[in-house]
Amino acid sequence: MRKGLNRHIGIFLLLKSVRMATLLVAICFISFLLIKNSPIDPIQAYIGADLLKVGPEQREKIAEYWGLDQPVMVQFFNWGSALLTGDLGTSMIYRRPVAEIISERFLNSFVLMITAWLLSGIIGFAMGVISAMKKDTWVDKFIKWYCYTLASTPTFWLGLLMLIVFAVWLGWFPIGLGVPAGVLAEDVTIADRINHLILPAITLSVVGVANVALHTRQKLIDVLASDYVLFARARGEYGFGLFWRHGLRNVALPAITLQFAAFSELFGGAVLAEQVFSYPGLGQATVEAGLRGDVPLLLGLVICSALFVFIGNLIADLIYYVLDPRIREGRMI
Amino acid sequence: MIVTVIAVIFLLSIVVGRFLLDEGRIATNLTIRNAPPSFDHLFGTDWLGRDMFTRTIMGLSLSMGVGLIGAIGSASIALILGMAAATMGKMVDRMISWLIDLFLSVPHLVTLILIAFTLGGGFKGIVIGIALTHWPSLARVIRAEVMQIRSAEFVQVSQKMGKSRWFIAVQHIFPHLIPQVLVGFLLLFPHAILHEAAVTFLGLGLSPHEPAIGIILSESMKYLSSGMWWLAFFPGLCLLIVVRTFDTIGENLRMLIDPTRAHD
Repeated sequence: MRKGLNRHIGIFLLLKSVRMATLLVAICFISFLLIKNSPIDPIQAYIGADLLKVGPEQREKIAEYWGLDQPVMVQFFNWGSALLTGDLGTSMIYRRPVAEIISERFLNSFVLMITAWLLSGIIGFAMGVISAMKKDTWVDKFIKWYCYTLASTPTFWLGLLMLIVFAVWLGWFPIGLGVPAGVLAEDVTIADRINHLILPAITLSVVGVANVALHTRQKLIDVLASDYVLFARARGEYGFGLFWRHGLRNVALPAITLQFAAFSELFGGAVLAEQVFSYPGLGQATVEAGLRGDVPLLLGLVICSALFVFIGNLIADLIYYVLDPRIREGRMI
Repeated sequence: MIVTVIAVIFLLSIVVGRFLLDEGRIATNLTIRNAPPSFDHLFGTDWLGRDMFTRTIMGLSLSMGVGLIGAIGSASIALILGMAAATMGKMVDRMISWLIDLFLSVPHLVTLILIAFTLGGGFKGIVIGIALTHWPSLARVIRAEVMQIRSAEFVQVSQKMGKSRWFIAVQHIFPHLIPQVLVGFLLLFPHAILHEAAVTFLGLGLSPHEPAIGIILSESMKYLSSGMWWLAFFPGLCLLIVVRTFDTIGENLRMLIDPTRAHD
């Protein structure tokens, strides 16, 4: 039995990876074409302020150095084959390898996103459960109203409000940046980092709660309407005990998978939150690359974000696949 | 129902209000700059003495315009692809579901940045970006709906009578989709507005000369530390209210046409 399951998961993973590979190649190709057609001249973006000091011959030299004088398809294959060996090129604004920048920034973003992800998941789940258990009371109405309102709240505005209240008025937290200004990199303590992380993480979690809460509420209401819950109630079970024995397992799985599948929104939220709090993560790098025309970095970030989303979806599918036998049987017809 | 009517009136008043407001109120007037909210300037004034209330209303109507065009574009793409996926055979269906996966596999905001970058920002970039990123979920809904209608008896009878695919799609299936598309469009709208504001806020959308909400908020960031909270608070709150209003209208309409949700 165990062996069969492992083989099934193997096949499942293989199929998923093939699909992902086709998608990734398409994403690489499309984004490459899109960026090549942009009106922003990469040479101009590279030269920047030294406009007058660079003559036409030097421009040609630069174009030759970056390979910009060749046809687009040749450029794509050069870039693609470099990509396969793990070389993402050199960032024009940072003058450092893209892979290095992304891995460094990813760590910052990852800490932020994982904190927000856990917080929003736990709080959202609890809110959904309370709301469903107390269906149609004022608690439920309040939670529903709150969730719907949050779903229409601009993340960046919430971030600005947090800054105004907690950083400017109360002065509890620093106004921006991932580390204190004017302190050497080796002197930055863990406490400093955490201090700078709190506001963006809270902003992201507050916004992320809505989806999980509403979903969990709906699922739990369905579960509570089922026959086995009716029977349990007839036996005299109620309240938290009832939820613990009959509700939790049924609603935890969809909630966890939903959280994993929401990686895409998490990333989008992180872009905005990082911009508001000037937190040095992937999102801020994406915005900067877009604004200043840094082609290699932008391409690297698009691929990186696609991988991130894909891993989230894969984990979500896999959890269902491993834990819920019904899905496995459905797939194997 | 009353809620919906009030909501529609509220939204219309913003659009109309844009034309009633005096352009002179957003002219630079250094004698009244940095004024906190008062009865004369409901939302206060900024560092150039421009009235924030007027700027907010103008920004909102601009955002709604961008959202409207983007959402129409998105809903049309969703309608066409959703119908194509369900009626044009297995191969097309697979291709379209692959396309949907493609668009869902990169975060919306990153796609928007990419498209805005390609088109050099501005109004065009943001509208096309929004139209191209928001269709996948609606396309899935429409595909499922068409699948259901396709197996209905009247469609099969029509098929047996030798009607062409095009005739069936336009005459039999499309009329059933109108409510779904309409509600889908209304529910797309708030997302479109939010994403427009977000991309503009990041500096990749509308140009800084336009009174867009995103621009107002990103400018306000510079003045937050000096305690000018009204620059960010009111425009954002208005954006939130507008988005929430659209959402309410959409949800109410959905309850009207979807009997399974009517008791919620």
